[in-house]
Formats: sequence, structure tokens, C-alpha cells
Amino acid sequence: MPQRTPLYDTHVAAGARMVDFGGWDMPINYGSQIEEHHKVRHDAGMFDVSHMTPVNIKGEQARDFLAYLLANDVARLQTPGRALYSCMLNQQGGIIDDLITYCLDGSFYRLVVNASTRDKDLAWIGLQARAFDVHVEERPELAMIAVQGPAARQSLLEQIPVDYRAVAASLEPFNAAQVGEWFVARTGYTGEDGFEVSLAAEKAPALWDALAASGVAPCGLGARDTLRLEAGMNLYGQDMDETVTPLESALGWTVAMQDDRVFIGKDALLEQKSRGVENKLTGLVLQDRGVLRPGQQIITGYGPGVTTSGSFSPTLKKAIAFARIPKNATNSCQAEIRGRMLDCNIVRPPFVRNGVVCEGID
Amino acid sequence: MSNIPDHLQYTESHEWIGSEDDGTALIGITDHAQEALGDLVFVELPAVGDEISQGDPCAVVESVKAASDIYAPVSGRVLEVNDDLEADPALINTDPYGDGWLFQLELTDASELDVLKDAIAYADTLDE
Repeated sequence: MPQRTPLYDTHVAAGARMVDFGGWDMPINYGSQIEEHHKVRHDAGMFDVSHMTPVNIKGEQARDFLAYLLANDVARLQTPGRALYSCMLNQQGGIIDDLITYCLDGSFYRLVVNASTRDKDLAWIGLQARAFDVHVEERPELAMIAVQGPAARQSLLEQIPVDYRAVAASLEPFNAAQVGEWFVARTGYTGEDGFEVSLAAEKAPALWDALAASGVAPCGLGARDTLRLEAGMNLYGQDMDETVTPLESALGWTVAMQDDRVFIGKDALLEQKSRGVENKLTGLVLQDRGVLRPGQQIITGYGPGVTTSGSFSPTLKKAIAFARIPKNATNSCQAEIRGRMLDCNIVRPPFVRNGVVCEGID
Repeated sequence: MSNIPDHLQYTESHEWIGSEDDGTALIGITDHAQEALGDLVFVELPAVGDEISQGDPCAVVESVKAASDIYAPVSGRVLEVNDDLEADPALINTDPYGDGWLFQLELTDASELDVLKDAIAYADTLDE
């Protein structure tokens, strides 16, 4: 029996098509996934992301613990409210999960981890936390709504009591604040501006309904996937897992390796770097008619590769993909689709940001 | 509820076929199939003149979500394909029994139609 978010009844009443996603009964679309995609690119859409798991890390050594646990450096979170994207690695440098860390103060951080990896994440975090004076606490009672698109911030601000509105309105990208009873972050997974709001489960349907009444389109996981793919954002379990490191997953920028900080997986990454990283995760744009999908074989002049994510891009109106291919391969390659070899351009994601196709993507 | 016109015949794999007295037939996918697939974005059709056999995969429709094979409801020779779908595959979503047709066949053996389902029998398969 899949789990249900506090917005389950709201989705069903709105005619959503529900699917099992990592053990959760989630909306895939409310009609047309492509229309939902365009709504986010050009106006505002909202996603139920209550299946994501917030985990609070509190205590004197919270910062030291996270500096050891995560590949990115929480020391970059100098001011309360800042958010940091990071991988959590095993000793071999493999990616256990990718997550966002919010700094609430020097001894209080919140991690938001993927639903599909919740159990192993909590087990790993709990195990590593034993050596530190910290308290790890899951917050499953919170609902989370992502409001995304050029008109998203204004739509959400209108739902915030006037007394608190200025705090939310002044949030810079990748910052968060407690806004009354809500935790509001200017983050997202679409390549558009917007907010992600955490709030008490019983308050979530009223906010969802109010946003819908103001013209924000309910969007499902289908649109969320094409939006994040266009935005060049990895999906855990598909573009990366415990068998690959951040260095071969286009996430080298999230690993803080320059200083003498010790973190889990660092030795393995240093060794991989000195040996030479063989593969890269990069973008493809199909030049022929067809659709790229995960798991298709890629042929380059430097050897084979494989697509990890792929779909039809509603913005480009072409098929796009992420592919793990030999590091030196550039310009073009071929993808095998139903026995035929079709030409692709090799490009550097993102494909789309803030509603427009990025330079060099064709 | 999905739309299932009475005058057509159906397969368990969600193709429809509309046969004429002159031994030709139009083929497409059902309203239920387009709904389940979601937004169609690409269609690969057989070539005019191809000889296809009942039950064989003979076309592919792809939605944003997934690729799906189309199986020939009956055997025959391809007379015409719906070229409009190349530019606008979403015609299958908006009008699966009309402008969203896939291809036209000249039937090899009209008795093959006897094994297909009528609207009531097809509707029963959707309820199961």
C-alpha cells in the first residue's frame, strides 16, 4: 500500500492521474503534462513534494558533523537561512543521495533528502552521527509545496499575511526563512524562480486550493521530470547512484576538496582525480526524429556511453538527454534507438533556464 | 470514462480498426490508450506498400512518458499513412478516432476481423 501525502485527496478530486513513485501515491499529471510544463516556464505551477523527507540536525557539533558527512562544505553557509546543495557519499566516493541543507543557526540545520532513499539515508546519517554530539530528528509531519515559474513568487507572497510578507519577499535565491508558521525557501527543481514551502500537513490543502484559485497550475511528476531535465538537474537513482562519484556526474562543482577538511569519500575522490576521471555526464540533443530515453546506448569516437535520463523537451521541441560518455567526446555522437543509429549533438546542460533556451543548445 | 465508438472493432492491445465494405480499413489507438500514454510527441509509421501480418508490431507511438508498440489488428498492405502526425502527434490525443488515425490497410483476409472485439467486449477488458 503506497503512502499518501496530505494533498492526496486534493489531487484525486482535481482528476490527477496517480502513480506509485518510490512508495508514494503521487500525481503524474492533471491532464496534459506538456501544458503543465509550459505553465511553469511562462507563468506559475505548483508541485506536491511532501514525499521529500526533512531531517533536522541539532547540537553543539552540528556543523562539524555535516562538514564530515557531506561532500560540499557547510562552512559555505555563513548566515542563517542559506541553502547548500550537496552529495552525501560513501567511503568509495559513490553517491548515497543528493540533498539540500538549510542553515537555521550554527547548531541547527535542516536536510531535505529524497523520498526513494529515505530509509538508507536515515540509517547512514544515524550511523555517522554516533561519533558526534548531535541529535538527528526526522520531520515527517511537514507537507511541502513547490511553487515555480516567473509568476510563482508573487502568487505565493499574496498568500502570506501582510506582517510576514516582507521577509519572504526579500529572500535571495538559495535562501530560506521561517515566515510565520511556514518555512519558505527560494529554491526549486525546475530552472525557474520560485519558492518551496514547508508547512503543517493539515494546513497544506488550504494553501494548495488558494494558490489554484489564484491561477497557479497544479503540476505532476511528469512535468517536474521534463522541467528538471531541461534545467540540467540530476535525478537520484537515474543519473547517479552509489556506483558513480560526483566527478563523473557533472557535480564536481558541489565537492569542496581544496582545503584540509576531512569528509566521507574524499580519499576516494582524490584518488580518482589523480588517476583521471574517465567519464562525464553531459547533455545530448537528438538531431533526427525520435525520443531519447534512459538506458540507450551511445557511440562516440572515444568509446561507448549510455543515456541516464531522456525525454521530449517541450521547450526545444526536440528529444534531449543526459548521457554518461567518455570524457574526451565532444561535438556529436550517435544514439541507438530501436536498432537504428541516430545523430545527437553533445552539449553542456542546462538546456533551458528562466524560460529561454540556453546559448549553444541546438 | 473513455470513449468507445460502437461502429469500430478493437484489440486487447488498444488498437481500433474501422473496416469498409471495399476491403480497406483505418487503424488507430483508442481513447483509453491515448489517455494512459499522455501527451504524444512522436509517431513512427509503416511505409506505404509494406505488407504487415496480424499481431506484428508495425508502428510506434511515443508520449513524453514512454514508447509503445502498435500491433497490426489484421494482415494487409499499407495503402496510406497519416502524414499529419509527423508535425502534430497530439492529434492522437485530441481526436483518437478521427484526425488521429495512424494508417490505412488493404485487408489480406477479411475473416481475421472475426477475432476482434466489439465495443462492449473491449469495454469489458478495461473494467477488469
